[in-house]
Amino acid sequence: MRNVLSTLAIGILGAWQAASASDIIGFISLKGTPPAEVDIGPKMIEASPDCAAMYPPGKLPTTHFYVVGPKGEFADVVVSLKGVTGKSTGAGAPPATLDQKGCLYSPQILAIQTGQKLIVKNSDNCIHNVHCTPAVPGNGERNDVQMPGGADLTYTFPQPEMFLRFKCDVHPWMFAWVSVFDSPYFSVSDKDGKFVIKNVPPGKYTVEADHRKLGAQTQDVEIKDGDVTVNFTFEIK
Amino acid sequence: MGKTPAFVSELRFLKMNAKAQNTNDPWLHQFAVLTAIITFLLLGIGGLVTSHEAGMSVPDWPTSYGYNMFALPIKFWKGGAFFEHTHRLLASGAGFLTTILVLWLFGKNSRPFMRWSGFALLAIGIASEYLFPNRWLDGVLYSATGLTSYIASFFWPRCEWSVKWLRWLGVLTFLLVVAQGVLGGLRVTMHMDSLGIFHGVLAQFFFVLTCAIALFTSRFWGELAAKQKTFSVPRGLRSHVLFVTILIFLQLILGATMRHQHAGLAIPDFPTAYGKIWPDTGADAIAHYNTQRMDVNGENPITAFQIILQMIHRVAALAIFAGVAAAAWLSRKRLGGKNPLTKLAWFWLALIVAQILLGAWTVWSNKAADVATAHVLVGALSLVMGAFWCILAFHHSISLPEIVPATTTSDAFATIPALAANK
Repeated sequence: MRNVLSTLAIGILGAWQAASASDIIGFISLKGTPPAEVDIGPKMIEASPDCAAMYPPGKLPTTHFYVVGPKGEFADVVVSLKGVTGKSTGAGAPPATLDQKGCLYSPQILAIQTGQKLIVKNSDNCIHNVHCTPAVPGNGERNDVQMPGGADLTYTFPQPEMFLRFKCDVHPWMFAWVSVFDSPYFSVSDKDGKFVIKNVPPGKYTVEADHRKLGAQTQDVEIKDGDVTVNFTFEIK
Repeated sequence: MGKTPAFVSELRFLKMNAKAQNTNDPWLHQFAVLTAIITFLLLGIGGLVTSHEAGMSVPDWPTSYGYNMFALPIKFWKGGAFFEHTHRLLASGAGFLTTILVLWLFGKNSRPFMRWSGFALLAIGIASEYLFPNRWLDGVLYSATGLTSYIASFFWPRCEWSVKWLRWLGVLTFLLVVAQGVLGGLRVTMHMDSLGIFHGVLAQFFFVLTCAIALFTSRFWGELAAKQKTFSVPRGLRSHVLFVTILIFLQLILGATMRHQHAGLAIPDFPTAYGKIWPDTGADAIAHYNTQRMDVNGENPITAFQIILQMIHRVAALAIFAGVAAAAWLSRKRLGGKNPLTKLAWFWLALIVAQILLGAWTVWSNKAADVATAHVLVGALSLVMGAFWCILAFHHSISLPEIVPATTTSDAFATIPALAANK
């Protein structure tokens, strides 16, 4: 009887929290002109013609360190609540997916929770090695071979870490950076520069926006009874 | 009784050495040269592995993608795996050649060892076939190697073994090549970049040893001893060259450390560094550098440590250039222009100049893999030249005090009656 009551109480509290939680929404923009992206094509043709053959002639990919829209909409910026830890729901969250397609990682920037499964697929008709190189002790470096059509690989990381690097050493231009958070309160800006951190409980927070090349910016916010908008502007000097 | 003069003991050593060298075999020397050449190629392909950031492209070892290393299907030899796998195969070849070389240095005395080790390998191969039937190819390779060793023992050269110190040098070389293989494998399986640095540095040392064995088995070396040719090298000059050679070795360690940071070029310009003589390494400056870096290989962000490391590498390069130039000039002044050591010193200087140009080109080409690898190879040759100079000077010279104003070899002989008589 006691257990039933406590479960009921937790359920009601959770439902109340969800009902009173708000979203943090925002827009990220980039001011200034980023350095020109570098053509991967020559390296691809030299090292692995089978990768180059996956693209139409003259349409070989470039690096995409700065993904910027015509009006400065800045994608691939990781936004999170700074200092919020121990709230991970990763074990029960649906798995995130990282694909290898056209000898590139897709997406290149990704965020997951501690304990959340990350599925790495190989959609290419060539071999890749999936090599994750964490810098935080406990996340554990791994290097696995993945044959064309081979089984998906599953990764989980117990420790929070920003921009944990995945690479393929067979195709040394292939990189992805996975940020791992100890809470579900994070987002990655899309191609329109927009992001949403959902269901944030009321309280005072510091929102941090992190770009792999341009570093971090923060803003303080207070969640009361409605959605909050926070915008960030990165600048290239 | 006074102390025996140093040159008298040197002459005794040379006479003893001459007897030992007479037993040597030109085929052995040619084989030693072949081993050194293969080692040089191995250094090159190893350099390409690091230059292409391909060291971890085959995640398993001693297997390759689960296959026996020697049976990896050609369809997998692509991208970074091409360099890494070729490196593994060539390393196996170098190990095999080194093993034969050492056995050859032991002459006919190797026969029983080859017979018994061949027999043991054959037994291991057969046992492996039964115990691990799904890895049958491993068993076949063990058996084939064992059988080859067993049969070869009956046809093995009947020459006498080489001098004791040369035999032990051979054993050291063999142990090093085994250690190199294991180190390379552990670097892959343990995911340790720092092991890559040791692997790279040990490779340079191994190359010096194989070249030294080629020198010691050569007719040139034998003749120097047999004809009691000596060089009157002042102690100061010898110490100077030894110091410069050690500096080159330290420079190679620095280079290996830079290459195994996997951070690309820490400084993208030369001869300036971020437009200055000494770059700003403050936190804001580093953040700005990383903002502007656009590497296809998307390496790790650079740090102040990596920038300082490259600056030390540049300064050390200047010190080495000055040191080798001084060695060449002093050799000419003290030993004469026709002395082999002087000629070697000039060749050494030419290598150092080429090395500096290659270093600059490595920066200008944004660390193009072939240029960076050529830089590694010329670095290895520079170390060998310094080592050769030291070996010749320390082994085939008379201890000449600094005060003797010897401008040519003939002058030096003239100053020492015992040697003048031998001239």
